[in-house]
Amino acid sequence: MDTTLPSVGSQAVIDFPALSALVSALRRRGYQVIGPTVRDGAITCDAIEKIEDLPIGWGDEQESGRYRLKKRDDSAVFAYTVGPQGWKRYLHPPELPMFEGKRDGEAFQILRNPPSPPQYAFLGVRACELAAIRLQDRVLIGDRYRDPAYQARREGAFLVAVNCTQAGGTCFCVSMGTGPRVGAGFDLALTELLGAGQHSFVVEVGSKTGAAVLAEVEHRKARKEDVKAAVAAVDAAASQMGRSVDAKEVRDLLFDNFDHPRWDRVAARCLSCANCTLVCPTCFCTTVEDITDITGEHAERWRKWDSCFTDGFSYIHGGSIRLSVKSRYRQWLTHKFAAWVDQFGAHGCVGCGRCITWCPGRIDVTEEIREIRGVASPA
Amino acid sequence: MSSNNKTKPKVAVFKFASCDGCQLSLLDAEDELLAVAGAIDIAYFPEATRTMLKGPYDIGLVEGSITTHHDAERIQQVRRQCTVLVTIGACATAGGIQALRNWADSQEYVRTIYAQPDFIQTLKMSTPIAEHVPVDFELRGCPINKKHLIELISAMLVGRKPNIPTHSLCMKCKRSGNVCITIARGVPCLGPVTQSGCGALCPRFGRGCFGCYGPMESANTAAMTTQLRLLGQSDEEIARAFRSFNAWSWQFRQASEEAERA
Ligand code: SF4
Ligand code: SF4
Ligand code: SF4
Ligand code: SF4
Repeated sequence: MDTTLPSVGSQAVIDFPALSALVSALRRRGYQVIGPTVRDGAITCDAIEKIEDLPIGWGDEQESGRYRLKKRDDSAVFAYTVGPQGWKRYLHPPELPMFEGKRDGEAFQILRNPPSPPQYAFLGVRACELAAIRLQDRVLIGDRYRDPAYQARREGAFLVAVNCTQAGGTCFCVSMGTGPRVGAGFDLALTELLGAGQHSFVVEVGSKTGAAVLAEVEHRKARKEDVKAAVAAVDAAASQMGRSVDAKEVRDLLFDNFDHPRWDRVAARCLSCANCTLVCPTCFCTTVEDITDITGEHAERWRKWDSCFTDGFSYIHGGSIRLSVKSRYRQWLTHKFAAWVDQFGAHGCVGCGRCITWCPGRIDVTEEIREIRGVASPA
Repeated sequence: MSSNNKTKPKVAVFKFASCDGCQLSLLDAEDELLAVAGAIDIAYFPEATRTMLKGPYDIGLVEGSITTHHDAERIQQVRRQCTVLVTIGACATAGGIQALRNWADSQEYVRTIYAQPDFIQTLKMSTPIAEHVPVDFELRGCPINKKHLIELISAMLVGRKPNIPTHSLCMKCKRSGNVCITIARGVPCLGPVTQSGCGALCPRFGRGCFGCYGPMESANTAAMTTQLRLLGQSDEEIARAFRSFNAWSWQFRQASEEAERA
């Protein structure tokens, strides 16, 4: 085993059993490891204690409004595509207590600030998800006003990215320029190589911490043919995109088509259920609820995921300004693909396909954009 | 109605056609029960106490639907006696499961069931309280969530807006981290058109939502029907799905009638 610390940017190879050592190394460092696991008919991101928790030999099939787990005929660990919800639940929790207070005469006392969050290590962050985390960084901590809850979770997090070697039926990262090869911002990035009697991972080191963790795991330097095989595997995923979108000038397209008849047609199918926004790894909106108990002596403030598909979202003095489903769907699509560009300098969509798979109305953002462009859908 | 006031608000609980489940959730609020008793004055609650203080009352909680001439008159008196009138549960807010009679001939039921049908006087329909008198707040659910009742009372005591969601059940389902059973397993679920309130209890256990909390704020039942058909449900099954505890809410009523006509 090579004992010198691997350098940032270098590539190494670990064998399948060493994945176990990687999980242990992370746990030894005090990280709570979150990774893919089979739960309730899907591959979800949950706590991982050992490699047996990983979805070994499992894949999935995804279409609009449909997800099915599928047993594979090999022992691939990462040959599935993104599941029902990503890392957002951990970095930007769905329901978060902000503080608790107690009446103290005419004033009030803060009783307890929420406990500090665990340090997370995420295992299996895909290129689209890494891009989504970078976007949430920009929105939540990239400006003058920062969200301390996100910051506390994000800054200590260790990211083990995974290059996709298999794309799903609703993936379109290639169109959005976010994948399937992971970009910057990871500590370690794995590419799974499987076949001809071998099961190994090419590991790219993305940070000093990543190098230190890899040093604790049995590895060897990557040879040219390992790197070549990894590149070919990811290229294969790039050629399998289940969806595509013409992102060129999509900003102007949407801003120019405020009155397009397609909005009425999609509104007839949209349930305004908010599933798309809650599964989207870049959607960040929250609402704040203040509660008091029956004695009126205690109060709590909670922050909860909200969605532009609710009545309350656009409630201002006197009522909601977006009452029709049409105005809500238009807001969501136009914000993602147009207004984000002005606000944050990038599209708010990374092409992960979750909103397509998990929409009970089987609405597909790529199809909606195609229709607004006036291009007939492929049969 | 500040909790600092010496006089506690007088609360009355009235029952119409219902099963008692909702009003009893007030007694079922174990942890908070003492605090509730300390904060409000339960002046009239025939199902639970012998005290029957005369009105007027600050808050009236009304359970049950209107199914008889007598009740149709009584609800008018109740309204006159209560400053704030809150209806609790699917019977009071939507007519309840007994509203299934609205599609049938209730007189025929009476003739079939009772030995002396002449003594039974009943209305043709079971209707929600709001069809008879103005209602200040409707607390949904079959049964209601006792936490909602405590939240509503707490909010009224300090004069703030209660945190009772009106959005889809899917919102809560997703926040809870459940895997959607419709998408992952093809199980029909009314979550997208149903108001949140139960904590997504059924989907958590792999069962489709039955619609206990009634239509959500912007229920698109036509799109729901399309989805149920794609999942292989027959028109008859779809009509039945919408026709349960909240069958007479106009959104679910319309959806079940459309499915029936299809
Ligand atoms: S687009 Fe789909 S997931 Fe989003 S609100 Fe509409 S029906 Fe629900
Ligand atoms: S809009 Fe849809 S495809 Fe794009 S990032 Fe969000 S969930 Fe993924
Ligand atoms: S969208 Fe791209 S990066 Fe994301 S899961 Fe699919 S192939 Fe992988
Ligand atoms: S299981 Fe039901 S309530 Fe939950 S997200 Fe799916 S459709 Fe909505």
